Amino acid sequence: MALVNISIEGQHYQVDDSLTVLEACRECGYNVPSLCSFHHDECSLASCRVCLVEVKGAKGLVASCAYPVNEGMEITISSPKAVEARRTSVELILSNHRKNCLQCPKEGHCELLKVAEMVGARDGMYEGEMSEATLDELAPALVRDTSKCILCGRCVERCKKAQGISILGFENRGFNTIVSPIENRSFATSPCIQCGQCVNVCPTGALMEHSEIDKVDAAFKAGKKVIVQVAPAVRSAIAEEFGEPIGTNGTGKMFAALHRLGFYRVFDTNFGADLTIMEEANELLERIKGKGVLPQITSCSPGWINYLEYYYPEIIPHVSTCKSPHMMQGATIKSYFAEKHEIDPKDIFVVSIMPCVAKKYERQRSQMPDDVDAVLTTRELAKLIKRAGINWNKLPEEGPDMDLLGEYSGAGVIFGVTGGVMEAALRTAYYWMTGKEYAAINFTEVRGLEGVKEATVDFDGTPVSVAVTSGMKNAKPLLEQVKAGTSPYAFIEVMCCPGGCINGGGQPYVHPLLLPDEEPDILDTYCAKRSAVLYSEDERQAVRQSHNNPDIQKLYSEYLGKPGSEKAEELLHTSYVSDRAKWPDVK
Amino acid sequence: MTHLQPSAVKQITEICNRYKDEPTPLMMILSDIQKEYGYIPPEVQELVSSLTGVPVSEIYGVVTFYSFFSLTPKGKYVIGVCLGTACYVKGAQLVLDKFSELLGIEPGQTTEDGLITLDILRCVGACALAPAVRVNDKVHPQVKPSMCQTIIDEIKKAEVSA
Repeated sequence: MALVNISIEGQHYQVDDSLTVLEACRECGYNVPSLCSFHHDECSLASCRVCLVEVKGAKGLVASCAYPVNEGMEITISSPKAVEARRTSVELILSNHRKNCLQCPKEGHCELLKVAEMVGARDGMYEGEMSEATLDELAPALVRDTSKCILCGRCVERCKKAQGISILGFENRGFNTIVSPIENRSFATSPCIQCGQCVNVCPTGALMEHSEIDKVDAAFKAGKKVIVQVAPAVRSAIAEEFGEPIGTNGTGKMFAALHRLGFYRVFDTNFGADLTIMEEANELLERIKGKGVLPQITSCSPGWINYLEYYYPEIIPHVSTCKSPHMMQGATIKSYFAEKHEIDPKDIFVVSIMPCVAKKYERQRSQMPDDVDAVLTTRELAKLIKRAGINWNKLPEEGPDMDLLGEYSGAGVIFGVTGGVMEAALRTAYYWMTGKEYAAINFTEVRGLEGVKEATVDFDGTPVSVAVTSGMKNAKPLLEQVKAGTSPYAFIEVMCCPGGCINGGGQPYVHPLLLPDEEPDILDTYCAKRSAVLYSEDERQAVRQSHNNPDIQKLYSEYLGKPGSEKAEELLHTSYVSDRAKWPDVK
Repeated sequence: MTHLQPSAVKQITEICNRYKDEPTPLMMILSDIQKEYGYIPPEVQELVSSLTGVPVSEIYGVVTFYSFFSLTPKGKYVIGVCLGTACYVKGAQLVLDKFSELLGIEPGQTTEDGLITLDILRCVGACALAPAVRVNDKVHPQVKPSMCQTIIDEIKKAEVSA
């Protein structure tokens, strides 16, 4: 790594020589538009031709996203030639783009619209035939609309780099090119794990979550008692939707907004997370005692469960049978809560606000069809809040309803970041195995955003080996070990999205072009900023361990008995299928 | 993969092994399979994917990008109508339309009996003979729509005597 001298618009700068021209421009304060480049190591197709600039001595204009800086380089962004070329590139993209912007679900977050505005694109410059479009709405989690697709290839790259499964690819050629699963199939009939990482990088409305706002509206209209629960990671990012900097803790205002949206009860899925720890730590101890196989693998991430069923069905016996926290909480609301309040569970409609799109698929699984009735993403919650005219900045700080399922521990909060479930489980497992609380409370060995972390934790003389991974590509080597029977660990936490739920497929978009107030390296830092919110929330809690949550203790003493009881098994555990068809056999 | 016969699996594995030292073997593998079987269906792509580690989506992308590769079986006889510039100005589109009408299939399709595939070609280098039509390896020069039926009849006759 060395510094090079360059000039941009006649001004001199020193920049790192590993940067591309685009990155150097952005670092020096010039927002060169671009649609296909996303992150330093992601997408180098230079396909959109929107980032063209003039470089002295270069032949023609250069695509700044794919052109490295070098000593003495003279870059001009605003020469008439470059300005016109960028405008033409965008106008050509727009000529084959369905421009119903006012009704587009991406409205307000569309990079194409932003770029069109930046370059001053004119209407109707290249009118003519449009490519035949596909609208895929079959998958519970995702919607693909090729009429909005600009063929930038970001999603193709993300699917490959984060999850290693390459469901999306380019098909056909020329005017007929589309980005799609093979044979232009639906996500529903492809071995797509519906994690939504592709949605997070899509610059337009071509890839979106499958909205369930209409379902929630219908439930209100039908007079149901609509109960909402909100996942840990949502609070780490929801404030971004209202213009606050990444890393703002939105907990208090988020609850205040939910109270103003007319829900019958507002709960925190942290309670469900605590409940998951009770069941999962108990299951781990049972396995260590010899009932079942080790290592045990976590089951909270529905994207991971999809991956398991499609790609590693052989290791299903290793995966905890625990439902994910929001499904556990849904089941508890419709049984324990309903009984205590003498409400017919049929009158209850449970909405989960999740940082995830795979949860939309999960709630429809045949193993647990009635626990949760609708799943909204963090982004969809922001839409509800905006629709109601609520001024985020004027909201007070509030908390969830303290009604049977209200209390939560710090252990529940950290579920939203990679390593969090592990740490929460260790806090409780340590207590149960040794009879005393872990003095330091935090198991910092499992923190951090690396793709694979391993640690050996000292359980009062007994060493316990654990591993934590996120992103299916990172998880693969660990899963291969489990399959081969050579895994050295007792417990493995697997999260589908890189970094965990804070970076889930339902979280607010991090598109640098639309975030002019963030630092140019925001794509390298946003996960750490969001996870810091959760760890600080954990520190703020009086109760730090799931087993010390008084509402959890009450639920067990009054209703479930003990972790792993027959009642708990029935309500809180599930099963997986080993015969999910893969392509090309799925038709 | 369940649909593939063991002999096909064996042969495709051999083809993949042929190029295992190549840095980017995909095009060569697919070319050999196309030559051997006349098409590369998704089942075969899945097999190639598992043998080479290249994702199915990428293989499918390559197969659908190059017109040389086909997803469906081609007929025993492929009638290729050249739509290159010279042939086109000499009326090749009318020839193509006539074949399409007589065979009852669109360009790219194969007759139900699997005998004839109608394809569009891009300049076969026989511009002096425009419009040119190629049936397998034989080139018919200066084809007019009125000659299409004769060409089809020749194929059928050859098939009966074969």
